[in-house]
Amino acid sequence: MDIHEYQAKEILSNFGVTIPRGGIVYSPETAENKAREIGGSKWVVKAQIHSGARGKAGGIIICNSPLEVAQATDKLLGKKLVTNQTGPDGKIINRIYIEEATDIEKELYLGLVFDRSSESIMVVASTEGGMSVEEIANEKPETIIRSKIEVAVGFQNFQARELAFGLGIEPELIRRASETIIGCAKAFSELDATMVEVNPLVISKQKQILALDCKMSFDNNAMFRRDKVSELRDKTQEDEKEVYASDRGLNYVSLEGNIGNIINGAGLAMASMDMIKLAGGEPANFLDVGGGATPEKIVKAFRLITMDKKVKVILVNIFAGINRCDWVAEGIVQALEKIEIKVPLVIRLAGTNVEKGNKILQDSNLNYIEANTLEDAANKAVAALK
Amino acid sequence: MAVVIQKDTKILIQGFTGKMGTFHADEMIKYGSNVVGGVTPGKGGQKHLDRPVFNTVKDAVKHTGATASILFVPPAFAADSAMEAADAGIKTCVAIVDGIPSHDMIRIKRYMRRYSRKEKMTLVGPNCAGIISPGKSMLGIMPGHIYKEGRVGIISRSGTLGYEAAQQLKNLNIGVSTSVGIGGDPINGSSFRDIIEKFETDDETDVILMIGEIGGPQEVAAGEFAKENMKKPVVGYIAGLTAPKGRVMGHAGAIVSAYGESAVEKVELLKECGLTISKNPSVMGDTVKEVLSRK
Repeated sequence: MDIHEYQAKEILSNFGVTIPRGGIVYSPETAENKAREIGGSKWVVKAQIHSGARGKAGGIIICNSPLEVAQATDKLLGKKLVTNQTGPDGKIINRIYIEEATDIEKELYLGLVFDRSSESIMVVASTEGGMSVEEIANEKPETIIRSKIEVAVGFQNFQARELAFGLGIEPELIRRASETIIGCAKAFSELDATMVEVNPLVISKQKQILALDCKMSFDNNAMFRRDKVSELRDKTQEDEKEVYASDRGLNYVSLEGNIGNIINGAGLAMASMDMIKLAGGEPANFLDVGGGATPEKIVKAFRLITMDKKVKVILVNIFAGINRCDWVAEGIVQALEKIEIKVPLVIRLAGTNVEKGNKILQDSNLNYIEANTLEDAANKAVAALK
Repeated sequence: MAVVIQKDTKILIQGFTGKMGTFHADEMIKYGSNVVGGVTPGKGGQKHLDRPVFNTVKDAVKHTGATASILFVPPAFAADSAMEAADAGIKTCVAIVDGIPSHDMIRIKRYMRRYSRKEKMTLVGPNCAGIISPGKSMLGIMPGHIYKEGRVGIISRSGTLGYEAAQQLKNLNIGVSTSVGIGGDPINGSSFRDIIEKFETDDETDVILMIGEIGGPQEVAAGEFAKENMKKPVVGYIAGLTAPKGRVMGHAGAIVSAYGESAVEKVELLKECGLTISKNPSVMGDTVKEVLSRK
């Protein structure tokens, strides 16, 4: 789960990280007041969407008066911002963060991630702040320094100091820098984060160490014990169909193609999408109804797929194990009594009692195309497009 | 000797009396697995499916001599149960449960570092279908009858894609020595490399089918291990050719976030390691057959 920049800043500030003064607004009028309240003579108006690279897309505006702050807010609110990370539809701007401008002396990079190779939490830092971590890794890999968090005891002072010295931070700021890094590590560990990124972490001309932009993501699997974090979810930043799916316990990812999929199991779903691609088609979605493929899930899946206007063919591929094909077939027949399908439907069943399952489908008055193998299913789905 | 589990391996069910535990314990018993009892804290002393229930894994091990366990406990308690199994001297623990927080997995792995290599429990999963050695024992939730006895070792992240492979092999009259589901989570108990290494020394396995997917370094790490250390041929398939970067494809671990994690890149890297790649998921069986015919 992703959260907004201002939310991440608030969290990190509770863990001892210094952030520039700022506040969240929802209208140009309050923006003007907020700017006065923050004080100073220069402000940054920042569109709050779940994406990086907002600056390049015009989502961050520097202003020299409270009036300009109001105008910038007016310009951004309610618009969709398209960045190189949002996809072509962009994301809606419903919240604006106003922040005092910072006199930057030096920009650094600080990130914390799960490292799957070492199966630990890795703290990554670089002197090249402001660039994405991918860019740093490609262009200046020699500037990257890493340190592992030992989960049994947490991130230690000496580790933070080593990183701070490694970043070339001047001696009188080392203590503050260490506290900042440790604060991020604590937030990561204590809140079930999967990513914390402060980019840039800046040293200001006034010799403050500030988190200028922050990103945090959290483990969806841990939300049962993170009530406060889960409240920060902003569904307006997610694909409408993906929200519908996640609210109903379905694993769904919206894609660009026109062949809708209903499959049980994530691996089989990915494999079926691969077959569609190899057959010359493009999948409209990833959808895993779960290994069990219960009738309830299948009904929900059909409702979801029929919401997607770009779907021109639906492919159902179920490998029934302990849940037998006859049971799955009955589920499909029941689902399609409730939901009208206007596009061609290809069904491939495999596994336990496949003959019985196919017989149930054949004997129903369902209008569908039967397929036998993965390849056959993909070929028939692509052929049905024409 | 099959890998990981044997015909007579004594098995405990953790979360025995719950709905999931009851259903799958029954399936395992019907398959012929040697289920000797189970654990549900607070229900010790009762009988369930004609087998004793214990309050703690230690009690259960003491009274039954069990060396393997399978977890059917909710995600919030799964880490605790896995550590309890490790501490009670269980040698093989399969975690079926989907949804264990990643921080908990790191904690489990850290906790297990207290044991010497010899004493250390093999944790398989979480978010997996488990292990089956056809005709011998099933420590998992797979439909046992789709696996024919034979000499192909399967390692798969995905449950249903592993079933698909077993079915394709069966249709070609090819059997399986052991199939191990390692699960779809980013941090798991056993990696592809851990299991592939066991298959190399298994005298009942001639060829290994490794079914991977996008995300993480494990498939390639196993490929590099195979290149350096293995004599048996390995067939590979990587799912997720069409997966967009940065999106989680159902499995928490199926996300492309770095170089070498996409399906195309993994396939290239595995080819360099000398693996035979199944060019699509429909020909996993055919590819294994072809490799077997070369021997």
